[in-house]
Amino acid sequence: MSTPAAPQPASYEAVIGLEVHVQIRTRSKVFTRVAAGYGHEPNTLTDPVVLALPGALPVMNRAALDAIIKAGLLLGCEIAPVCKWDRKNYFYPDSPKNYQISQYDAPVCRGGSVEIELPGPARNLMGEHKRIPLTRIHLEEDVGKLSHGATDSLVDYNRAGTPLMEIVSEPALQSGEEAYAYLTSLRATMIQGGISDCDMEKGQLRCDANISLRPIGSTTLGTKVELKNLNSISFVRDGIEHEIRRQRSILERGGRITQETRDYDGMTGTSQSLRSKEEAHDYRYFPDPDLMPVVIDAAWQERLRAECPELLFDRQRRFLADYQLPFTQTSVLVWDRPLADYFEAVVRLGAAPQAAGNWIINDLRRELAAAGLDPAASRVSPANLVALLRLVDSGAVLNAAAKEVFVEMFATGDSPDAIADRQGLRAAPTDSGELENWCRDAIAGNAKAAAEFRSGKDGAINALKGPVMKAAKGKANPKAVDETLRRLLATG
Amino acid sequence: MTSSTTPLHYLSLAEAAAALAAGRVSSAELTDAVIARAEAVEPRLRALLSADPASARAQAQASDARRAGGGSLGPLDGIPIGLKDVIAVRDQPLTAGSRMLEKFISPYDATVTRRLREAGAVLYGRHNCDEFAMGSSTENSAFHPTGNPWALDRVPGGSSGGSAAALAAGEALATLGSDTGGSIRQPAALCGVVGLKPTYGRVSRFGLVAYASSLDQIGPFGRTVEDVALVLQAIAGHDERDSTSVGAAAEDFAAALSAPSVPRRLGLPREYFGEGLDPEVAVAVERAVTHYRELGCEVREVSLPHTPYCLDTYYVLATAEASSNLARYDGIRYGHRCAAPRDLHDLYFRSRAEGFGAEVKRRIILGTYVLSSGYYDAYYLRAQKVRTLVRQDFLRAFEQVDALLTPTSPIPAFRRGEKANPLAMYLCDIYTIGANLAGLPAMSVPCGFTRAGLPVGFQLIGKPLGESELLAIGHAYDRVHQWGRRRPNL
Repeated sequence: MSTPAAPQPASYEAVIGLEVHVQIRTRSKVFTRVAAGYGHEPNTLTDPVVLALPGALPVMNRAALDAIIKAGLLLGCEIAPVCKWDRKNYFYPDSPKNYQISQYDAPVCRGGSVEIELPGPARNLMGEHKRIPLTRIHLEEDVGKLSHGATDSLVDYNRAGTPLMEIVSEPALQSGEEAYAYLTSLRATMIQGGISDCDMEKGQLRCDANISLRPIGSTTLGTKVELKNLNSISFVRDGIEHEIRRQRSILERGGRITQETRDYDGMTGTSQSLRSKEEAHDYRYFPDPDLMPVVIDAAWQERLRAECPELLFDRQRRFLADYQLPFTQTSVLVWDRPLADYFEAVVRLGAAPQAAGNWIINDLRRELAAAGLDPAASRVSPANLVALLRLVDSGAVLNAAAKEVFVEMFATGDSPDAIADRQGLRAAPTDSGELENWCRDAIAGNAKAAAEFRSGKDGAINALKGPVMKAAKGKANPKAVDETLRRLLATG
Repeated sequence: MTSSTTPLHYLSLAEAAAALAAGRVSSAELTDAVIARAEAVEPRLRALLSADPASARAQAQASDARRAGGGSLGPLDGIPIGLKDVIAVRDQPLTAGSRMLEKFISPYDATVTRRLREAGAVLYGRHNCDEFAMGSSTENSAFHPTGNPWALDRVPGGSSGGSAAALAAGEALATLGSDTGGSIRQPAALCGVVGLKPTYGRVSRFGLVAYASSLDQIGPFGRTVEDVALVLQAIAGHDERDSTSVGAAAEDFAAALSAPSVPRRLGLPREYFGEGLDPEVAVAVERAVTHYRELGCEVREVSLPHTPYCLDTYYVLATAEASSNLARYDGIRYGHRCAAPRDLHDLYFRSRAEGFGAEVKRRIILGTYVLSSGYYDAYYLRAQKVRTLVRQDFLRAFEQVDALLTPTSPIPAFRRGEKANPLAMYLCDIYTIGANLAGLPAMSVPCGFTRAGLPVGFQLIGKPLGESELLAIGHAYDRVHQWGRRRPNL
């Protein structure tokens, strides 16, 4: 029997699916009243239920169910009519009951998608958008944390029982860059929806990646490798790119990919095998008899839908269309929901969107960053910012002076009028005889420049403005100075 | 009944409550009598796994002080009540009859424990039971067997054998057990006391060491149906710590007994009177049926056609749940841990091998098997479907009758060691398992003795949440016969 030589494919494409665990931000744990939290003394956030003492029973925290329904609504998932619980049975010391309460065949959310934006050709140009389809989102309980010493291991159950969502994407991502964009978008959506703080350092967002390669044009999936311990979004991107390179070099040498789980070390940029998939677990899933199914009716969904914020890319498209903001401004605003909310509050009070955008993105953000504050903590009320914009617009406060006024507004919360008066930052009146006198003096004292202007050299007018400004001690409105000079030069 | 001739520890709960209310006796006296009785009979009976007389006496004194201050908490205030050692009591041992939990002290109260405290009961005694409530004779206790007060070489039944025996022997005025496949009713029948398994969800399971979560229910043992009603009153009701507990409207179970007696329609399921039923048990149960006829009840034969599948269904579902429920006993956080484990697997394997007895291991293995991938549909899923059919059988029967009357146990108390074959032991629960699968209230009422002097009980099975009616029907017989007031010669 002859073996036909396999056609050597020109190149491979990567197929990537992500499993993302997001801790839900609730006051108490998912099946008991004890508080959920991070950074407490080990084993202080426990009770008989968390420790799985004999006789303890779980009772569902409705706030956790609210959160996953909200996540599903935000991502366009189909919401199950009934929330049902299953036991996933396996022994491990971080799992107090040696089973995890989870959802097997009836996740709360099915389908849906995450919209992502890939990097554009330049920083000020929008990149390509894609929708990455989701398989499911289900709710489960987090496990405890093990730490291993030389001769013993310690376990902290503070994290055990924290509500956790598992968000599973379809194998629809193609690169580390797409995975990065996916996680960035998903994270922002969860934060903006008030579902999770998604702090990866605190384990509030964790990601495993399934990666396989196949010849371009093939429709079957190759052997997949699961990458674990990707503890920052950059490491996810780098780890995936590393794994794609590793698999490609094996395939190009004619080798075979082993199905396995690998551990990626973001610090060294290397990975090593954790275990092969041959020892597959039988989790013996069955419905948890301790928990009754919970009906999720339409009214429940509608109540939560009303709490859902606009998705950030939808908001960005609206900002571009309705406010004519430059792309770079929209991409600063929409990723920061409080800042974008602030912007819209200012615009609603009548401010010109582009001017408001400039002030918020440049001045407000600078002051916030310096003070280490969130937009919500700013003392500059939207009404006061609008008032400042009006002062600038009318020429009552000049731009340079307005910057000083703003700093004072940020520091004190006072109105721009009060500050401009208090600190003498108002522009000189533009309709006063004083301005006309300064202009006449300037023309008289610079006959050469005046003559050049009159003979058609427009730029010569600038030589006249300096003396006017000097006389006005910098408080003259440049626009008014320009207009007055032109009028006088034309008539005089 | 005249309390003047009855020793304090053999008073009915109702009599004791009346005597306490009238000031004829103090809780301290009652409690001392029960403690003294326990000290006298325990060396032979061994119904207790532990007891805390000092704590009981302190609770009794507190009760007497309350009463003296005019603040009695009701009929249970000052009454010594004992608990099966699967129900958590704060700062007391909670062994579940297992080496695994030999040194475990519960840091919290079960909901029933809290409710008994709130009713003023004096908690005294942790009762022996089959390990993790798995068994029908209390011989599966890891610590020691318990005798039947009517014949010490015979078993008290199980798994709540200690609780039935302790009550029959005068070591408490009422006790609590748990019933997953008959574990209250069968020992009640074998020890000659009343035992009630409430509707699934009627009594909170919070703080009950889980065997099979969808079947387990806590229930009372009493000397009379009235006593059982009084205890149920205290422990029943919705509990936000148990999502399977039922949010039913409050009922007055004791008041239901004194309601004018109405002749009821009783059904005799023909599948419960067939092969394997001891003739003397059959005769005693027949006499109870005759009594109900004389009371004007309409008695008719009914059929529960899926009865032959109950035992198999039970051993699939109960073991599946048990295999998962008992996974927490791993030697990591509490409970038995083997000496010098080499690694994690060694710690798991040896801790569990040493901590669990043979019957518990057998059921964990069975349950793990029926849940495994590839077998789930054939066993677990199928058993759930049969369970639905079993429940439908009962509900259909209740379209014709108000309650079902059956023997509780096919046989009276057997000798220790007599049923070495596990399958023979499983048949002890053949009449009681149906009510667990269907989630129905069921009660064993004593109805006489065999020629050898062994108690016999009959079982009444009621409609879902039909405890009031069930108790009323049982009381109609029990108030006349009072077999549970007989005292063994101990």
